Parts: sequence; C-alpha cells; structure tokens
Amino acid sequence: MPTTPFDSTLERREADLLGIWAFLVTEVLFFGPLFFGYVHGRLTHPEAFTAGSHHMHVVLGTLNTAILMTSSLTMALGVAAARGGRKSLRTWLVLTALLGLAFLGIKASEYWMESSEVAQASGAELTFYFLYFAMTGLHAVHLTIGIGIVAWLWRHASRYGAAYHSPVEVTGIYWHFVDVVWVFLYPMFYLLQRYSA
Amino acid sequence: MTWLPAASDTAQSVDLLFYSVLVLTGLMTLAIFALMIFFGVRYRAGSPADRTNPPPRKKWLELGWIFTPLAIFIGIFVWGAVVYAGFYRGGPDDAMTVFVVGKQWMWKAEHANGRREIDELHLPLGQPVRIVLSTEDVIHSFYVPAFRIKQDAVPGRYTSIRFTPTREGEYWLHCAEYCGTDHARMGGRVVVMAPAAFAQWLERGNQNPSLASQGFELFRRLGCSGCHVNSTVHAPDLAGVYGRVVHLSDGRTVVADEAYLRDSILLPKRDVVAGYEPIMPSFQGQLDEGQLSALITYLKENQ
Amino acid sequence: MTWGYLGEGYTLRSWLTTHDHKRIAVLYMVAITAFFFLGGAAAALMRMELATPAGDLVSANTYNKLFTIHGVVMVWFFLIPSIPSVLGNFLVPLMIGARDMAFPRLNLASWYIYVLGGLFTAAALIAGGVDTGWTFYTPYSTRFSDTNVVLVIVGVFIVGFSSILTGLNIIVTVHKLRAPGLTWFRLPLFIWANYATSLILLLATPVLAMTLTLVALERLFNVGIFDPALGGDPLLFQHLFWFYSHPAVYIMVLPAMGVASEIIPCFARRTVFGYRFMAYAILGIASIGFLVWGHHMFVSGQSMYAGMVFSMLSFLVAIPSAIKVFNWTATLYKGSIYFSAPMLYALGFVGLFTIGGMTGLILASLALDVHLTDTYFVIAHFHYIMVGGSVMAYLGAIHFWWPKISGRMYPETMGRIAALTIFFGFNLTFFPQYLLGWLGMPRRYHEYPPEFQVLNLFSSAGAAVLAIGYLLPLAYLGWSLFYGKRAPANPWQATGLEWQTGSPPPQHNFDAEPVVTRGPYAYDPVR
Repeated sequence: MPTTPFDSTLERREADLLGIWAFLVTEVLFFGPLFFGYVHGRLTHPEAFTAGSHHMHVVLGTLNTAILMTSSLTMALGVAAARGGRKSLRTWLVLTALLGLAFLGIKASEYWMESSEVAQASGAELTFYFLYFAMTGLHAVHLTIGIGIVAWLWRHASRYGAAYHSPVEVTGIYWHFVDVVWVFLYPMFYLLQRYSA
Repeated sequence: MTWLPAASDTAQSVDLLFYSVLVLTGLMTLAIFALMIFFGVRYRAGSPADRTNPPPRKKWLELGWIFTPLAIFIGIFVWGAVVYAGFYRGGPDDAMTVFVVGKQWMWKAEHANGRREIDELHLPLGQPVRIVLSTEDVIHSFYVPAFRIKQDAVPGRYTSIRFTPTREGEYWLHCAEYCGTDHARMGGRVVVMAPAAFAQWLERGNQNPSLASQGFELFRRLGCSGCHVNSTVHAPDLAGVYGRVVHLSDGRTVVADEAYLRDSILLPKRDVVAGYEPIMPSFQGQLDEGQLSALITYLKENQ
Repeated sequence: MTWGYLGEGYTLRSWLTTHDHKRIAVLYMVAITAFFFLGGAAAALMRMELATPAGDLVSANTYNKLFTIHGVVMVWFFLIPSIPSVLGNFLVPLMIGARDMAFPRLNLASWYIYVLGGLFTAAALIAGGVDTGWTFYTPYSTRFSDTNVVLVIVGVFIVGFSSILTGLNIIVTVHKLRAPGLTWFRLPLFIWANYATSLILLLATPVLAMTLTLVALERLFNVGIFDPALGGDPLLFQHLFWFYSHPAVYIMVLPAMGVASEIIPCFARRTVFGYRFMAYAILGIASIGFLVWGHHMFVSGQSMYAGMVFSMLSFLVAIPSAIKVFNWTATLYKGSIYFSAPMLYALGFVGLFTIGGMTGLILASLALDVHLTDTYFVIAHFHYIMVGGSVMAYLGAIHFWWPKISGRMYPETMGRIAALTIFFGFNLTFFPQYLLGWLGMPRRYHEYPPEFQVLNLFSSAGAAVLAIGYLLPLAYLGWSLFYGKRAPANPWQATGLEWQTGSPPPQHNFDAEPVVTRGPYAYDPVR
C-alpha cells in the first residue's frame, strides 16, 4: 500500500495549495510568449492591429466576460460550501460548469463568424488574427479542462467536507486563473483601439 | 595545424583582445589547477600535513574573490564592447558599400558599379567596406575568419557590418548559420587586391549598368516617380532622402537609412511620414533583393 | 540485511505502478541511459564522418539529421532529466528526512510523460529524422525543412511537462516536508542546487513549450509570428527560444554543482568552504541566468545596445560560478583527501567546468564572439560544461550513491580507470575543437577545408576513447548488481540523512523520523 509522505491533512493541504500556485506560475510563462508576441506586434505594426480590432464582436466579448466572472463567483461560493461541509457545493459546481459551457458556446459562434473574415487578411493583420485565435483558443482549452475537472468534482462531491476539501480549493484557484487570463485577453482584443481610426 | 591571418583592421583589434583575454584566463585557470594539485598532494589522506581547524569560511577572502574577478570582467567587457561598436559605426560616407545576398546555397555580391560575383567577393586593400546583407530565403551568416567578422543575413531586413582589409590575399568565406542541406558548401573566397588592380578588375568584364542606374530605371518603370517626382499626389520628395532625419506620423523620429528605405518600399503602411496619408502601395513580392538594393542605391546617390 | 525498497515486489508491474520515489528514480535512470547511448551513437557517426574533410561517410542531409537528433536527445532526454529526475527523485526525500516526494502519483505520471515524449521523438527518428538542428531556427524550420519537424516538436513539448512536474514536486517537497530542525541553511547544497534548478524548470520550460507550439502551428497552418512573409519576425523566435534555452543550461549544470558539493567534502573529510556563499551563488546563477539569453544573438541582427547589455550580464553570471570553483578548491585545504572514483569525477568536473567557464568569458566578450560564434569554439565551450561538467558529475553521483541505490559496491579500481579514461578521452575530443573554432571552422559542417583535418582527427580519436570510457561503467555497474560486494549503510562514512538509513533504504525511507540538530558536512579531517 502506498505510503503518504504527509503527517496530517493540514500538511497535505498546504502542499496542495503550494503545488497549484507553482503550477499557475508555469501557466503564466506558458501564455507569456503569446502575450509577448502580441506586444511586439502591436508595437511594430500598430496600424494592422488597429484594423484587426475593428473586426471583433465586442458585444459578445463583453457578454462572455460577464459570464466568466459570474462563474468565478459561483466557483468561490462552491469552495465556501465545501469548507462549511454544505450540500450546496454540488449546485455551485453545476452552475460554474454551465456558465463555462455558455462561454464556450458564445466563443464558438464568434469563431464561426470570424473565420470567413480572417481568410481575407494578410500581413500583420493576419498576425493579429493568429494571435487572437491562438490566445483565446488556448484559453478555451484551459476552460474546457476546468469544466471537466469541475464535473469530476461534482461526481465525487460527497468526499469533500470541512475536514478535507483541498481538491475543491485547488480547482477554485485554477478556475480563477482562467478567469484572470480572460480579463487580460478581453481588453487586448476587444477594447484596445477599437474606437480609433 | 594552420595559422589564421589577421587581414583587416577588425582582425588586428580582435586578436589583441583575444590573446590578452586568453593569457588572463589561462593564468587564472593555471592558478586554480596549481592550487588544486598542491592541496591534493599536500593534504592527501595519510600525509603528515597539519589539518587542525580547517576554516569553514574566510569572509575577506571570499569578498576578495568576488570583487577582483568582477573588476577584471568589467574591464574585459568594456574592451570587447568598444571593439564591437567599431564593427557597426558610421554611415556609408567613407565606406564602400557592397550588397551581399545569401540564398540556399550561395552568396551573391553586387558592387556599386554593377559588377556581380557569386561565392566570391573582391575588395580593395585599405578601403573601408560596408557589407549590407540580405537573404532570399532562410537565415544565413556571412563569415570571413581572416577578418574576424560575421553577420547574420535575416529575411525581411537588412543587416550590415564594416571593416577595412589590411592584407592582400585570398581568404575563406563561409556561411556560419545552418541553412539546410548544403550549408557546409555555401562559401567561397574573399580576394583582397591592391587598389589599382581592384579598379581594373571592377571594370573588366562588367556588362551591367551601375546599381544606381539600374535603380533609376526601376524607379521610373515601377511608377515611383509618378507620385514622388513633380506629382499632384502628395508624396515625400526623395531627393537627398538618404541620411535625412524623418519625422513619422506617430511622433517618432528616425534616420532614413537602408533599413528605413527597404521598409518604406515593402511595408509602406508601417512608418508613415508626418503630414502624409498612408496611401503608398506595397511592393512586397514584386522586387527581388537585387532590385531592392539597386533602388536603394539610386536613392542614396540621388542627392 | 534486507533489500529495502528493491525487495517490495519483483514483478515488472510492481515497478511500473510504483509510487515510491526511489523506484521512479531507477525507472528514469534506465530510460535516460538508453537515450544517452542513442545520442552518443549519433555523435559517433558524426565524429567518424569528420575524421576526413570530404563528406563521404553520410550524405549532407543525413549528417544534418545526426547533429539534430544528437542535440535533441542529449539536451532534453538525457542532460535535463539526468540529475534532477534520477538523483533528485531518489535523494531529495532522503536528504530532508521525508518518506516520499510531496506528490508521489504525479511523480510516476512524470515518468510516463517522459516516456511518451521519448516515443514521439523516436517516431520522428524512425520516420526519417529531423534536420533543423536542436535550435529550430525559423524560417528554416517553419517553411523550408521537409523533415518530421512537428513530430519531434510534439515529443519535446511532452517531455517538457515531465520536467515541469518534476520541478514542481521538488519545490513543494523541499518547502513542506523537511524533517524537524532542518532549516534552510542546514540543507545540503545538493538540495539547494536541485531546488534552484526546479525554479528554472518551472519558469523556463513553459516558454519553450509555447515557442515550439508556435513553430508547429506556423508550419502546419501557414500563419504565425516568426516568418516575415506572414508579417512575423525570425528574431522573435530566437528571443523566445533562447529565453528558455539559456536557463536550460543552468538546469543542466546547477545539479552537477550540487553533486560536487556533496562528494568533495566527503572525500576531503572536511566541511565545504563558504557554505552560505555557495547557497547564495546557486540562487545567483539561477536568477542572473534568466537575463543573458541575448548572448546567443550577438550577430543575429539585434541592436548593438542590446548586445552590450547581454554581454555585461553574461560577465556578471560568471561571478557566482567563480565563487563556487574557488570554494571547492578551498575545501581541499587542510582536508584528508581520498581519491576515490566519485572524487576523481568531482575534481574532474571542477577542472573541466573551469576551462569551459573561462571560454565562456571569451564568448561573452562581444568583439570576440563575432568571430567565434557559430564555430567549433562554441561547441567546445558547451561540451566542456555539459559533458566535462555535467556528465562527469552525473557519473560521479551514480558512483557515490550506487551503494545506497543498489545495495552493492562497484569495483573501485574499475571506477577509477573509467574516470581517468573518460577524462583523457574527453579532453582529446574537445580541446582540439577550441583551436578549430579559433581557426574559423564553422559548426554544423559535414565537410570542411582540408587544413582542419589534423585537429579533427585528434578529436575523432578522442571520441573513440570517450566511448570506451562510457561503456566501462555500463559494464561494471551492471556486473556489480549481481556480483558486487554487499554495501553497508554508510560505506563512505558520509554525513547526510540518506546515509543514516539502510543501503538500499526501506520503502518508507526511515524507521523513525530524523531530527536535525546541526548543519551539513560535519566532517573532521583529523579523525
């Protein structure tokens, strides 16, 4: 039978939390080159990036931002429920997952509309679209994984109570990270220079 | 073993730096090795040396061997940076410009008078030279060991390096950035000749018009003069543009060098001159590197 | 005497489903050894080709694929995992008095991820190889190479996650599972070194993952940020690639430094000189190492001023390394030195790392680098550090901890013969390459001007000796598993918690949790 290296659940929880934060640092560095490429592109080809930002669907993007931030709220309420050993954990997890799916649905519809517009772009404007699809796409992959984990938690929700709930906390931290990434992507692609010539 | 000649001003200054640093680092290395061997022998297990109270640390010694190397390293850095700056200084006013294009797997050079070479570069002794590099495909690197100079040719831009040959002879030219199958075969020779012999060589066998006149022909044929010379279209006057300080529409100021002119032709919407509309069409894909260098040479000489 | 963790199940299944960090370390050891010999085979073919100036042994395309696979395999499948994933996994919990790593199942997953990455890379090799060089410069890799670039990128991407998860495990373990009384400044330097390495693994590897992903996307879909024809910039690739790959070399050398700091005090029978500065130097190397990547790009077309900043910082990063060399040397002062096989490897490491480091100073100098970059001088420089340095330290570590890992002693005389053979063969192989580089022989050349033949011949001869040197430990360490003397708990009379338990340790490491009351390396040379 496998030995556990920890002497207590408290010790294990501390390690789990340190682990997820360390993992999120790697995620920042993973997204990093894309952010860097965006900054580089905006500095060297400002006119092309401005042109690209005119083709984004700002209403849908704003709606999605509201949806994702609400899902962070429901996730946080889920973590609180787990800590308190309350049954409402499952409800909050379901709401979080549903909001996440709504986000993905709206994103998919945006991709559908944009792909035909993008096919005509060239040069640095094409770079803008590439970065848009790459960054929001990578974000969507992370969100999908998050929804999967939330679903898994829902399935095993009876395991988590006041005494042991660090998987819920760890998932909550991950979910908030995915939200924070979007908080950067939204102004970068939908708001910056949208209203300038 | 062979010996590498120092055939340029850059080679001479690089060699002085190299041998100095080599001696310095060599002495430091030998000192460390001598100490290791000395301690290894004196304190080998079973020897009668005094081993009482081995020091776990000695603060003044440790700080000493931090700050002494630091001072030495700063010295080497400054010397190297100063020599390096000399490879890139100055404009073309006093240096002869040669456009060199790399392509898989050959070097093409074109002199100002139009004379072209493949895998060879003839240069006059004692005359400062500025190689302006470009590439038609992947990154290559123009390397002449005897001159101690090397510069990558990067797609989408110009790079340049400057030196003065100081010794007649033939020297290896190598491509030094891996570029595919025949990377090892992409090379040739640089031939340094006495100035009179070079002048003869330059004229002899050249059937091409000068780069500048080729450029002038392109300037008219492609329609540049249609907007830039006596036109109703509001376009910047290009007489004397090379080396001029240009104010851009986003507030920046740049000097109009080869890179600026290249970008203005291929990516005209990028650095628009203040007071003008971004209406110039791009010539990306319509010009090869040779034609670009001809146009730019024309603009440089059109004072 | 029992067989400890080795005795907990003899089936393949018990090994492949283990959560025990010690067994996982052995799984890694087997895997990286296989890749070492694959990368070595590529090198052997290269050195055979280079014995003569003409490109007559293999075609140009084949040669280009050989140096690519040599680099990819040696960097990502051997050097980077070598000390952290083998010795780090085995020793970190033992050295800090813990029962296992913080996340044992994640640890096993890391090994499987490594293997999966290896399979993809092997698939790329079988499918015909890759010819971009391990550096994947664009636009050659995105638009011009017609080899299996995406397949090998997938392999490297996957193995990167193995690195990241190993680093994450080490960091959390060191923070959260230290035995009572084991404060940070009582930790062995091996722990400091692997901890700092893990920070680099965490911060740098994801950048590589994304950068290579972008290369793959550009190659597959003809959109991207690296090709000027698509509105991109090849230098952007270089900045992103080297932002990872320079810290990567510190991933490869810091653990080796940690090993030297364990072996030298033990066989000099005295405490390491300047422990605090040694620890700070490790952190200094790790942090400044993130700021020097542009020294790979001095002739790339980046601005002259950027070059100057990177050059200055490159000189700065040499200072903490110099501190360590001085301190190892000073650790010999008033010691009682025994030249065991591990000690020969460790001292060889210090000497060869010093030479490699000095040539690093030469390369850091802008004007000199213009001549020397992309030549055999650079190849010699990094092989002195990575092979003369890291590989020798890895072998020294394997020998030093062999009794602990296997419960057997290796034959000492053979160990010393192998160490000296490797030292001699290594210098014969790589010292001539410094001369070749200075004389102007570019790298990645499968044929060369005839005046370079003599030096190349020496180098190829050295490679043959080196190959023999590497085969020797494979043979006698393997032999010792069956016929070696049974090892006691502490054959070297070493300090360190790993020596306070059996050889090999029981599965749960310690019968009673250790309590630490003093610093490491409490050796006395007089006794």
